[in-house]
Amino acid sequence: MVHDLVAARAAELRQLEAARARTPLQLAWRQLRRYKLALISGVALAVIYVIMLFAEFVAPYGLDFTDRRLFYAPPAGVHLIDAQGRWHARPFVYAYRLVDPGLRLYGPDTSRTYDLHFFARGSRYRLLGFVPADVHLMEVDAPARLFVFGSDQFGRDLLSRMLYGSRVSLLIGIIVVLITFPIGLVLGGIAGFYGGIIDNVIMRSVEVLAAFPTFYLLLTLATVLPATLSSAARLFMIAAVFSLVGWGGLARIIRGLVLSIRELEFVLAARASGLSDLRVIIRHILPSTTSYVIVAATLTIPGVILGESGLSYLGIGVQEPSTSWGLLLAQAQSVEVFTQFPWLLLPGLAIVLVILFYNFLGDGVRDALDPRQRST
Amino acid sequence: MFRYILRRLILLGPLLVGITFVSWAAIQLAKGSGDYFQALVLQYPQISPATIEGLRARFGMDQPPWIQYLRWLWRIVHLDFGLSFSYQVPVTWLIGSRALNTLLLSISSLVVAWAIAIPLGIYSAVHQYSVTDGLLSAGAFMAISIPSFFSALLLLYAAFWTHLLPLQGLTSVNYDLLSPLGKLLDVGWHLVLPTIALGVFSVGGLMRYMRTNLLDVLRADYVKTARAKGVPERRVILRHAVRNAINPLVTLFGFELGGLLSGAAFVENILGYPGLGRLILEALLRKDIFVVMGSLLLGSVLLILGNLIADILLAYVDPRIRYE
Repeated sequence: MVHDLVAARAAELRQLEAARARTPLQLAWRQLRRYKLALISGVALAVIYVIMLFAEFVAPYGLDFTDRRLFYAPPAGVHLIDAQGRWHARPFVYAYRLVDPGLRLYGPDTSRTYDLHFFARGSRYRLLGFVPADVHLMEVDAPARLFVFGSDQFGRDLLSRMLYGSRVSLLIGIIVVLITFPIGLVLGGIAGFYGGIIDNVIMRSVEVLAAFPTFYLLLTLATVLPATLSSAARLFMIAAVFSLVGWGGLARIIRGLVLSIRELEFVLAARASGLSDLRVIIRHILPSTTSYVIVAATLTIPGVILGESGLSYLGIGVQEPSTSWGLLLAQAQSVEVFTQFPWLLLPGLAIVLVILFYNFLGDGVRDALDPRQRST
Repeated sequence: MFRYILRRLILLGPLLVGITFVSWAAIQLAKGSGDYFQALVLQYPQISPATIEGLRARFGMDQPPWIQYLRWLWRIVHLDFGLSFSYQVPVTWLIGSRALNTLLLSISSLVVAWAIAIPLGIYSAVHQYSVTDGLLSAGAFMAISIPSFFSALLLLYAAFWTHLLPLQGLTSVNYDLLSPLGKLLDVGWHLVLPTIALGVFSVGGLMRYMRTNLLDVLRADYVKTARAKGVPERRVILRHAVRNAINPLVTLFGFELGGLLSGAAFVENILGYPGLGRLILEALLRKDIFVVMGSLLLGSVLLILGNLIADILLAYVDPRIRYE
């Protein structure tokens, strides 16, 4: 008995100690650190999206630029010190030299250095799609090439193509959210608001959709797309396929939220003042789900990016000549190729990074907006 | 419990009809870009139109769509999924073994993922805010962010240079010559790479769930009581806390299975693993529609059964849950 009491007291003290170890200040610091991670991720994403917008300016070469002599060239090192140990004021590269024609091994030709020219004039393009320009961030004089991430089997610059491909990879998530969320919100709202037969019909369709392994359905629907579509139309069709498959999960959760919001007094007041049902749903009920929706949106985007790169990787998403990170990674499909030329895996790394940033951001946003779901 | 299972099984009927309808509708859309026979004519222009018509009639493709659907449905009820166009064999022959392989891969990944994630999650929660906890959480975030096709590629890269593991397929060339034990080992050996590639993704998510749940439970009164009674800390955690923290993970099981089936489709295609995901892609590219529909249907059935098993399991591990 006494022993029990002593043990209880000891446990209590332990608890107190444990509580003291986490003072409010420490908790706040921890929260801040979490937000910091989310904040850094948010800033990183913003930078990536800006680079995406100015891809033509940042990319050293155009989308269809090829150097047939230099296929599978390794990443070119940008140097400051030359082979003789002298420092240069400007960063420079060496031209490639074919060391072994059989294995297609290249080495640097150290006999001459080629300076990097910043903001130099190069191929013409339209900035943001309408401003004619010909200034590029970095250029080198031929015959040297600025293949910072190496080149592919046609001698195309991987970095430039990754920059152009980022358009598809980064935008598809946002497009899908813009299509899916209105559908999911309205259908979920209607199902929760009316109940009865409408609810039944909508929810049973959601169940049927949820019963498929998502990717099987995506695969099947993506092969439907005719090969003759323009690349922009194809991107939108792929986004439509994702939306067709993805609206169900959101609708189900919105329905659950609406079921409880529907009973609140302000909804009753809105209905009593004679507003139409749709107006009550859209203007009064759905705004209460905003914090959930924002969190869901930040966490949906990385999922879609993943799905698109998967489809393109398997060759049924985005098609040449347009490109995306998944399609670029598809060049690494055979073991013999990517073990010899490992830089072809870099687009995969880009995918991982962007998804990681989105996950961190989503986690932080959830903590900030939805304390009930806060992870400890 | 028995009544609950029965009710679920009865409700399965309409759900299955819905699934067959969606599969069919997706395929009807796919025909917009030309069906198998049109592709055949493009490839071999010398085939006479009469032969094509004969083939169409043989597969019942000359009927209006809704009759085709009803016929297909009628055959499915008799467990006949139709004929494959390109292999000219019953679809059941093709998808049966493929589905088993996919199931084998998914389950082994699931087991590996749980075996790794649960202990790590417990460790992370018990040592909350420690350096190890931070590293594990960072690792979990990394794992969640790696697409399964990329992890498969990276593993393939590692396996190629280390020569430790077989790169492709499920069996060695000399598989048929091996003893039964040798066969088992051979398959197990080939399973290592795809299992890791597929499992990495699940480990991250499961670990984070386990950590969060356990932290919630550790704050509960009964944990305090157990500690106050003088129960050793180890026992408090393993017997009192973990036992309760693990329940929500069981619900996740069904959800996991869906993700694994989808992820397996990539891993199978990259690692040349003879599974359902690879079959469906091949069949889609060949427009072999009965194989596609069969695979879609079978994939969904696997998923539904997985969810059902998860619900039953949940009732089993958590006596507070009553399905009545």
